[in-house]
Amino acid sequence: MKKLKLVVVGNGMAGIRTVEELLTLAPDLYEITVFGAEPHPNYNRILLSPVLAGEQAFDDIILNPLSWYAENGIKLHLGKTVTQIDRVRRVVVADDGIEEPYDRLLLATGSTPFILPIPGKDLAGVISYRDIYDTEAMIAAAKTKKSAVVIGGGLLGLEAANGLKLRGMDVTVVHLGDWLLERQLDETAGRLLQKSLEERGLAFLLGKQTAELVDDGAGSVAAVRFRDGGEAPADLVVMAVGIRPNATLAESAGLYCNRGIVVSDALQTFDPRIYAVGECVSHRGVAYGLVAPLFEQAKVCANHLAQLGIGQYKGSVLSTKLKVTGIDLFSAGDFIGGDGTEDIVLSDPAGGVYKKLVIKDDKLVGACLYGDTADGAWYFKLLREGRTISDLRDTLMFGESAIGDAGVQGQSRAASMQDSDEVCGCNGVCKGTIVKAIKDKGLFTVDDVKKHTKAASSCGSCTGLVEQILMSTVGSSFQETPKTKAVCGCTDRTHAEVRKAIREHHLLDHKAVYDFLEWRTPNGCATCRPAVNYYLLSTWPHEAVDDPQSRFVNERVHANIQKDGTFSVIPQMKGGVTNSTELRRIADVADKYHVPMVKVTGGQRIDLLGVKKEDLVDVWKDLGMQSGHAYGKSIRTVKTCVGSEFCRFGTQNSTQMGIDLETMLANMWSPHKVKLAVSGCPRNCAEAGIKDVGVIAVDSGWELYVGGNGGIKTEVAQFLCKVKTADEVKEYSGAFLQLYREEAYYLDRTVHYIARVGLDYIKARVVDDTANRQALYERLLYSLEGLPDPWAARIAGAQKNEFIPIKVLA
Amino acid sequence: MNMPTEKPWLRVCAVDDIPLLGSRVITRDAGNIAVFRTAADTVFALLDRCPHKAGPLSQGIVHGETVTCPLHSWNIDLTSGEAKAPDVGCARRFPVKVENGEVFLVL
Repeated sequence: MKKLKLVVVGNGMAGIRTVEELLTLAPDLYEITVFGAEPHPNYNRILLSPVLAGEQAFDDIILNPLSWYAENGIKLHLGKTVTQIDRVRRVVVADDGIEEPYDRLLLATGSTPFILPIPGKDLAGVISYRDIYDTEAMIAAAKTKKSAVVIGGGLLGLEAANGLKLRGMDVTVVHLGDWLLERQLDETAGRLLQKSLEERGLAFLLGKQTAELVDDGAGSVAAVRFRDGGEAPADLVVMAVGIRPNATLAESAGLYCNRGIVVSDALQTFDPRIYAVGECVSHRGVAYGLVAPLFEQAKVCANHLAQLGIGQYKGSVLSTKLKVTGIDLFSAGDFIGGDGTEDIVLSDPAGGVYKKLVIKDDKLVGACLYGDTADGAWYFKLLREGRTISDLRDTLMFGESAIGDAGVQGQSRAASMQDSDEVCGCNGVCKGTIVKAIKDKGLFTVDDVKKHTKAASSCGSCTGLVEQILMSTVGSSFQETPKTKAVCGCTDRTHAEVRKAIREHHLLDHKAVYDFLEWRTPNGCATCRPAVNYYLLSTWPHEAVDDPQSRFVNERVHANIQKDGTFSVIPQMKGGVTNSTELRRIADVADKYHVPMVKVTGGQRIDLLGVKKEDLVDVWKDLGMQSGHAYGKSIRTVKTCVGSEFCRFGTQNSTQMGIDLETMLANMWSPHKVKLAVSGCPRNCAEAGIKDVGVIAVDSGWELYVGGNGGIKTEVAQFLCKVKTADEVKEYSGAFLQLYREEAYYLDRTVHYIARVGLDYIKARVVDDTANRQALYERLLYSLEGLPDPWAARIAGAQKNEFIPIKVLA
Repeated sequence: MNMPTEKPWLRVCAVDDIPLLGSRVITRDAGNIAVFRTAADTVFALLDRCPHKAGPLSQGIVHGETVTCPLHSWNIDLTSGEAKAPDVGCARRFPVKVENGEVFLVL
C-alpha cells in the first residue's frame, strides 16, 4: 500500500512530539516531511534559560538529533519557512519555492513574542526571548554591553533577567503589574520573590508602563522611557511581555482562527485534513504556553493521525515552576481565591517561606508555594484528582510526609536523596542515573523513565519516588501519570471500562473485547491479554473459554519458570499437612528426574526446582498429587498452625479449617495471587496478619482479617468481622474473595482493592448485607464448580503440544 | 525468505501443530529454536534465547509480530529478531517457509 503523506509545519517540541507519538502508534502509515524555520533540529525550548544562565550548552538541550530524523525516514527541511498552504491542490509552499504535497497536514507553528507597538521597537539592541537565536544574541550582548532592561516580569522575563545578571550585566526588570508573576503568584509570594531576586542584584521598576525606546543617535537603543516621564538607561532591551499564537499561515489559508488556530477536541482544524497542536492552537478558547498541555495535545493528535480516532483532548490544568536556580516557587490552579473559597496560609517572611492553599467545597482548587515547593507535586495531584481533603485538612499544609506513611505510593524523599542513593532496588537504579536519563533523553513521563532506566519497571514499589524525581527534575513540563490509567498502550480504556463492557455487553472472547472497545492492536499485547483473559473468565464462568496463549507462561504450563528456563513444581499440600507416602513419592521424583534442589517454601509446601519443561507431565504423573497453584494469579496456599489438635494453647482446629478453605478455593483464578492463613489462637503462629484473608481462632469463634500483604510493602490485614462457626468462616471469606474477584483490577492485590473502595464498603457488602453475602458466596462456588485440577487435565492429554518439543532430523 | 544457501529446507511440523499466537520448541544441540505462529498464520523462527538474559522466547506471549520474553518482558520483533526500543539486542533468525500447511526451515 502506498504510504500517506504527512507534512508537519513546525519543527518544535509540540510538532515533533506528535510525530514521535505517531511513530509508536503507526510507524508505517505515513511518509513524513517536516519544515522547520530555524536551522536546528528539535531542541528543548524550556531549557533555554539554563543555556542563557550558562548552566547548560545548546548541545545539551537538543531533543532529536539529525540522525533521529534519518533513522525514522523523515524528510527534514531546515531553515525553510512555509509561506502558503494550497488546500485545493493539497500542497504547502516554502519561502524558497519548494512544494510538498500532503494527505494530512499538521500545523505546529508555535507562537511569536509580542512586541510592544511603541516608538523605537525596531532599534538595534531590542530583542525578544523566544528561541536559541535570541538566547545567543543575549549571550553575545552580555559580553560587550553593560546595562539591560527586561520588559515584563513574567516567567520568561525573570528567567532572562536572571541569566543576563549571571552573565555580568546590570539588569532592571520593568513590569506593568503591581507585583511579579501576577498570573502565577499572589501578592505576598510575589513580594518575597522580588526580595530574593533583589538580593541577587536585580533591580525592579513595578507599575511602570513603557512609552518609548530611546535612540542613541546611531540606530541603537540607549534608554527606556516611561509614560510617567522617567527613564532607565539600557543598551540591551529584552521584550518578554507575552506570546501570541502564530496563526498567520493558517489564517492566510482561510482556516478559522480566533486568537490561535481553532481546533476541536481531536486537534482538528476546520479543514478535516489539517490538524494543529501546540502554542499556535486555540482549544475551547484557550491557548496554552506551557509544555505539559502541548504534550497532552500531541498524544491525542497522534492518535487521530494514526486513524485510531479514540483520544479526546479536554483541556489541561496547569502548574508552573520558575527555572531560576536557587529559587523555588510553584503554583497551580486558582491560587488567588475569591467568593466561596477558603485559604490556608503559612507565612514565614524571615525564613523565606510562604504557602497558600485555596480550598473550595472541601477540595483543593489552588496552591501557591514559595521557598519550599517539595510538596508541589502532591498538591497538584490532589488538585487534578479533585478528591475531597476533609480527612487531610488538619495536616494538609505540612505536606505529604505529614500524613504519615504514604504506603505503596512512596514517600516524599526524592529531593533529599543523593545521586548515589538507590531508587529501584529490583534493578539497581540510582537517583543520579534517573536524573541523567531524564535530562539527556528528554523524558517527561514515568513510563518513559521506566523504559529507559528500568527503574520502577519490576515490582513498581518505587513508582511514586520516580514520579517525584521526575517532577523535581523537569519542573513544569512534568507529565503526571493519569490516575485513571489505560490498561496498556493498545487502548485508552481503563480497567474499569473494560470490566464494565465485558459485563454489560456479555462479551465472551478476546476478539469481541478488542473489536467492541476498538483496540489499536489486532491481538493485544503481553500486558492486556492476561488481564482481559481474567476479566472474561471471572465475569462469565463456564461461558467464556480460557485462552492459554493469553496467559503468562507459568499459568499456561502450570509451573513456575526460573531464570535458566527450567521450572519449579510445587504440589498441593492442603494446610501444610503431608504424610510419609507423599514424602516418599516426592523423594522418588527428585531422584528419578535429577531435581537439582528440593526446598521447603514459605507457604508450608515442598518445591522441586529445576525441572525441565518436557519432564513436567511425567513429574506430575509420578507425584500423584494435585497442582499447588504456586505459579498463578490464583489461590496459593492456606498456611496453618497445628491448632487445638496438638497445641496446648490452641482454641480451635485451625489445621482442619485451613484444609477446608484450601479445598473450597481449589483452582480459583483471581486478579492477583491470594494467600490465606488460619491460626489457632491469638498468638497467630500462621502469620494471618499479613495474608489476603487471615483467620484467627479465639475461644468464642473466629476473627476474620482482610487485605494483609507480606510482600513488596508489608501491609497489616484489617479486621473485617468475627464469626462463630467454621461454615461462617467459609461463607464470609468466600464472599469477600468473590467481591475482590468481581471488582478488583487485574494485578491489584486485596490491599490495593480495599484501598480503592474502602473497608466500609467491603463491610457493607459482605458483613451487613446477608443476602448479598450469600449471593457472592454462591457465585464463587458456581465459578469454581467442576474446574479440573490442571495437572490431572494435562496428564490426560490437554495441551499436549505445549510440552513436547519438536525434533528435526538434519 | 529464500536466502542464498546450500543447506536444505527441513520439514519441521504442520502449521497447525503450532498453537495460534503461540510457539513450539525445536530441540537442537547447537541451541534450541523457537517457531512462532501469528494470528495471520505467518511462521517465524528465532534462536530460543533472549538477547537480554537468555530467556526462552518460545515461552513468551505472542502478539502482533512480537514476542514478549517471559523473564524480563523484553519485546522481540519476530520479523527481525531485534529487541524493541529502548532495549537493544538481537536474537538470531532462521529462514522459514510454509508450503501446503507444512513448515520448513534451514538450520
